[in-house]
Amino acid sequence: MSMCDNPSTDDHYHQLDRYIDSLHYKKENLIGILHYAQELFGFLPDKLQLHIAQKLDIPAAKVYGVVSFYSFFTMKPRGKHTANICMGTACYVRGAEKLKEEIEKQMGIKTGQITEDNLFSLDSLRCIGACGLAPVMMVDGKVYGRIHEPEEVRQVLEKYRPQG
Amino acid sequence: MKLNNTDALNALKAQSLSLLKNRHVTSPVTIKDAQGMPRYIMVCGGTGCHASNSPHIAELLEKGLAQHGLSDQVKVLQTGCFGFCEKGPILDIHPDNTLYLEVSTDDIEDIIEEHFIQGRPLERLLYKDPHTEERIASDLPFYHSQLRIALRNCSYIAPEDIREYISADGYQALARVLFDMNPTVVIDTLKKSGLRGRGGGGFPTGLKWDYTRNNEAAQRYIICNADEGDPGAFMDRSILEGDPHSVLEAMLIAGSTIGATHGFIYIRAEYPLAIHRLEIAIKQAQSYGLLGDGILGSDLCFDVEIKYGAGAFVCGEETALIHSIEGARGEPSVKPPFPAQEGLWGKPTCVNNVETLANIPPIILKGADWYAGIGTEKSKGTKVFALAGKINNVGLVEVPMGTTLRKIIFDIGGGIKHDKAFKAAQTGGPSGGCIPTQYLDIPIDYESLASIGSMMGSGGLIIMDESDCMVNIAKFFLEFSVDESCGRCTACRVGTKRLHEILTKITEGEGSLDDLDKLMQLGKIIKTSSLCGLGQAAPNPILSTIEYFRDEYLAHIVDKTCPAGVCKSLLKYNITEKCVGCTLCAKKCPTSCISGKAKERHVIDQERCIKCGACMDQCHFNAIIRH
Repeated sequence: MSMCDNPSTDDHYHQLDRYIDSLHYKKENLIGILHYAQELFGFLPDKLQLHIAQKLDIPAAKVYGVVSFYSFFTMKPRGKHTANICMGTACYVRGAEKLKEEIEKQMGIKTGQITEDNLFSLDSLRCIGACGLAPVMMVDGKVYGRIHEPEEVRQVLEKYRPQG
Repeated sequence: MKLNNTDALNALKAQSLSLLKNRHVTSPVTIKDAQGMPRYIMVCGGTGCHASNSPHIAELLEKGLAQHGLSDQVKVLQTGCFGFCEKGPILDIHPDNTLYLEVSTDDIEDIIEEHFIQGRPLERLLYKDPHTEERIASDLPFYHSQLRIALRNCSYIAPEDIREYISADGYQALARVLFDMNPTVVIDTLKKSGLRGRGGGGFPTGLKWDYTRNNEAAQRYIICNADEGDPGAFMDRSILEGDPHSVLEAMLIAGSTIGATHGFIYIRAEYPLAIHRLEIAIKQAQSYGLLGDGILGSDLCFDVEIKYGAGAFVCGEETALIHSIEGARGEPSVKPPFPAQEGLWGKPTCVNNVETLANIPPIILKGADWYAGIGTEKSKGTKVFALAGKINNVGLVEVPMGTTLRKIIFDIGGGIKHDKAFKAAQTGGPSGGCIPTQYLDIPIDYESLASIGSMMGSGGLIIMDESDCMVNIAKFFLEFSVDESCGRCTACRVGTKRLHEILTKITEGEGSLDDLDKLMQLGKIIKTSSLCGLGQAAPNPILSTIEYFRDEYLAHIVDKTCPAGVCKSLLKYNITEKCVGCTLCAKKCPTSCISGKAKERHVIDQERCIKCGACMDQCHFNAIIRH
C-alpha cells in the first residue's frame, strides 16, 4: 500500500522512517516520534498514524489513543501561521477573553479554526509563562504582550499577511 | 575537558572565579569608581523579558560597546529571570549594581553614553518609588522581603556557561555527596532539613528518596517533573531557564543516593527556551564529565534524558507522567503501588519537582540546620511564587515559608493595580482556592493554606480585585478541569462537567438556591472519589468561593445581577439623563437597538440588546451605565 501523495510528502515519510530507525527504543518513544512527525507534516492525519503504527509494530488504535489524548497533537491541517491566545489565569483576569473576541472578529473565524485563505489557524493555550505581559498572544512562537486595543491586534496580524 | 576528580573541579572553579569577581562586591561601588574596572551588563533572558526583545537589546549593547571601544572592559551576559517581570526588560550593571528597568532598543545609546562614558546613572530608566517619586538604582523594595535559595543563581550567572555555575559553588554539593557522605547521611540531611515537595503535594523529599532507595531492584530511575501545567505559574520554567545546572546537579545527587543510573526530565513542549538551555547544560555537563560514567572519578554513572510533554495538565501527576514517558496516554493509575515501589517500566522511581531539586545543592552545602532554621514549624525553607493578575509588580518572588499574603501582595507586589480594592488571592491554580481579605495575615505554609480551603500548589498566586466576579472565576477554573480531565474515572470526567453546567446556569441568571447545595454536595463527592489529584482538587475553586463569596452567588441567583459587572447575561445597559442626543451610540450599535431623536435622550431596547458594550465605549458624555 502506498502512503505517498506527492514527492514532497514522500520525502517526509522517508525522513520520518530514518528518524525512527535511528532510535534506540522505538515503541517507548511514540510521543517523541509524533512530535517529530507533526513538525515535518504540520499535522497527524490518519494515514500518517497508520504508517507510524506499522513501522513500530503496534496497534493503530494505540497511536490514535495517544494522538487524541494530548492537546499538542492535531489531526487537522494548520494554517500557514499559527496564532495562539494565552488563556492562563493571569491573562484571563487581565482581559484575554476580550482579546480572543477581537482576534476572532478580525480573522473572521472561531478559536480552533483556520481562515479561508489558510493564512492563520487560531488556537488558545494555557499559560506560556509571560504573565507580566498579560494579556498575551503568540504567532508562530513569537510573543506579543499587553495587547488591549483592536489596532494593536491589527498591527500584529499585519506582519504575517503577504505584502501588497 | 573532563573533570576526573574533585581537584580538577576545584581548579576549574578557581580559574573561573574571575568571571564573577566584580559581580558580587561586599562594599558598594559607585559608577564613577567602577569606570576603570571590568564590568558586566546582565541582561534578563527570562521568559517575559525574552518576549520583550531582550536578546536584541543584548546584541545592540554589544554592538554599541564595540563602537566605543569598550568591548574588552564591559561584557554583556544573558541571565535567567530577575523576578521583576512587570518592569522588564531589565539590565543589571556590575560592579556598581545599577538596575535599569523597561529598557527598550532606543535606550541603548543613552545607556552607553551616560553610564559608561559619562559615569553617571541614566536617571529615567531607574526604578521610581511610587510613594516618594525618588529614583532608586539598586536594592529595590521589591527584593526587600525576599530570600532567594531556589532562585539563587537566576539573574546572577549566565546559564549557558557551565563555568559560571561552577564558580558559584556549582557541583560542589555533588562532590561532597560522592566523597564525604554516604547515602544514609544524605537522606538524613534531607529529612532533617524538612524539605517538602514543591510541586504542590508537600511530601517530605528525604522520605521519598528513602522509600525509593529501599525497594530492591536492579534498576531505579530519577525523574524531574517539569510539567508545569498550572495556568499562571512559571516558577519551574524560570529555574530551568536561569539555572539548569542546579537541577542536573540535584538529579546526580539523587542518582548517587538512591542508586539510579538514569534520569529523565519531563518538560512541557510549550517551553522552548527552557528546553534549549537544558540541552546546552546537559551537553556541557557531559563534555566536562559531570554526566556519564565515572563522574569526578567516582563509581557513579548517570545520564539525563529530556522527555517532552504534549499538552496534558494531568501529566503533572506522577503516575500519569510515568505513563507518558513510557509513550502511552498520560492517565494516572491507582496508588499504591507508589512510583517509589513500581514506577517507570515497573522499577522504583523517584519523581521530584524542579524547585524541590533546586533547593538540594544548597542544603547539602550549608547543612540541614541552616535550611530548617528558615520557615515555619512544619514547612521549612522558602517558596517561589509566580505573582500575577491585578497586581502592580507581576513577577517571580521567593519568600521564606510563613510570610503573610499581605507582605507578598502589598510590600513585594506593590499593591493592587489602579488602586482598586483587593478581593481575593488564588493559590494552587485549578486545584486551589480563593483566599479572601480576612486571611491576608495568616503565615503561608502547606498546612495553613489547606486549613482555609486552598492549597500551596506549585506556586501560582493570582491576585483579583473588585472588578473580578468570583462565580465567573470559579467557572473559568472548572472549564479548565473539564478540558483537562483525562476521562479515566467517572467522578472527575462526569462530575466536573456537571459542576461546570450548574455554574454556567448561575452566571446566565438561570440558577436556583438548590444549585448551591448541589454544587457543594457534588463537589465533596468528587473530592473523595476521584482517582488522582486533578479530580480530588478540581472542586476547590467552587467550594472556597461559595464559602467566602456566598453573597456573590446569591446576587447571581436571587437578584439576577453580577456585582462585578462581568457576567454578560446579567448585565443591563441604560442611558441616563446625561444623554444629549448626539446619536453616536445609535450609529455604533451592531443590532440597531438604540432609538431616539437627535438632541433628545435615547433609549435601549433591552429585548434586542446583546450587551456588547459598544455604545458605552463610544459615549463622550458618560451617559450610558452598566449595572
